Amino acid sequence: MALSPRRATGTQRSSENIISGMGVPVRGGRVAKNRLKGRGKAQQKSEMLLKLELQSNPEALCLVRATIERAAEVLHFRDAETRAIVRSVDEALANVMRHAYGGRPGLPIEMSCHKLQLGDKKAALGGIEILLADKGAPVKPTTLKSRPLDEIRPGGLGLHFIRESMDEVEFSRKKGKNLLRMVKYLSPTPQAAASEGE
Amino acid sequence: MQIVVRLATGGTILDITGDIDLAHSPAMRKALLLEIREKKTPKVFLNLEKVRYIDSSGIASLVEGLKASRDQGSRLILYGLSKTVREVMELSRLQKIFEIHDSEAQALAS
Repeated sequence: MALSPRRATGTQRSSENIISGMGVPVRGGRVAKNRLKGRGKAQQKSEMLLKLELQSNPEALCLVRATIERAAEVLHFRDAETRAIVRSVDEALANVMRHAYGGRPGLPIEMSCHKLQLGDKKAALGGIEILLADKGAPVKPTTLKSRPLDEIRPGGLGLHFIRESMDEVEFSRKKGKNLLRMVKYLSPTPQAAASEGE
Repeated sequence: MQIVVRLATGGTILDITGDIDLAHSPAMRKALLLEIREKKTPKVFLNLEKVRYIDSSGIASLVEGLKASRDQGSRLILYGLSKTVREVMELSRLQKIFEIHDSEAQALAS
């Protein structure tokens, strides 16, 4: 079983990717939006970093966290950004296990990570794109809501963590699979941000 | 994840070691609710110094413990939060809801 086919290196995003079709984009924070101004998605190029096929067993989460942490470090994300990426992947997988698969173990989840490079050379900071796919119960993107944070009650925080931690979050369903695309862009170094503002 | 239970002045300390994630938060929840609801311990201290990671299911378990302690009229006190755990508490906007201390000494003295 494989994710949507993607070319391995240096290619522009194919028309089959999950941005198209049913994709429901959910943007991240204000900083991320500003950082993305003027950079259309068509400019992004991606390179496959890793691909995992795992099962809906919560015991696998610690292994995935360790793998994603290392991948983010390799891409030179800062510590706080790395923690945000790890948190998002963990929460997204936990959501698949709990909600899409209803807590049933042994069901397939596919995950792939891609190194993003932006076409704009002046701001070619790049980032990481993480794609998850499962064959669980359909997730209705329009009904996905984080719970109000002023309610002190258990549950409903996972999606909030993901949205707060990533720059782009998109849910879609295609060919019987729930698809989730998450992107985190590298932040400019303080020196680069200062020179950009001049 | 490991949980060690030890007695302290006026209550019980739960030393948690490892990651509190979807695989392990049920065990923490069970231990927490046992102390609060069954044993009716007046002060339950949760030592998180050796917790490397906590996810939303772990936070949900803490919230459930907090609610149970309020129902019982007891106290749930957290201490030794790592940067990762603090970040998650802040993301949840729950850091002001819980009683949190930096060290065991401060927690016991509270």
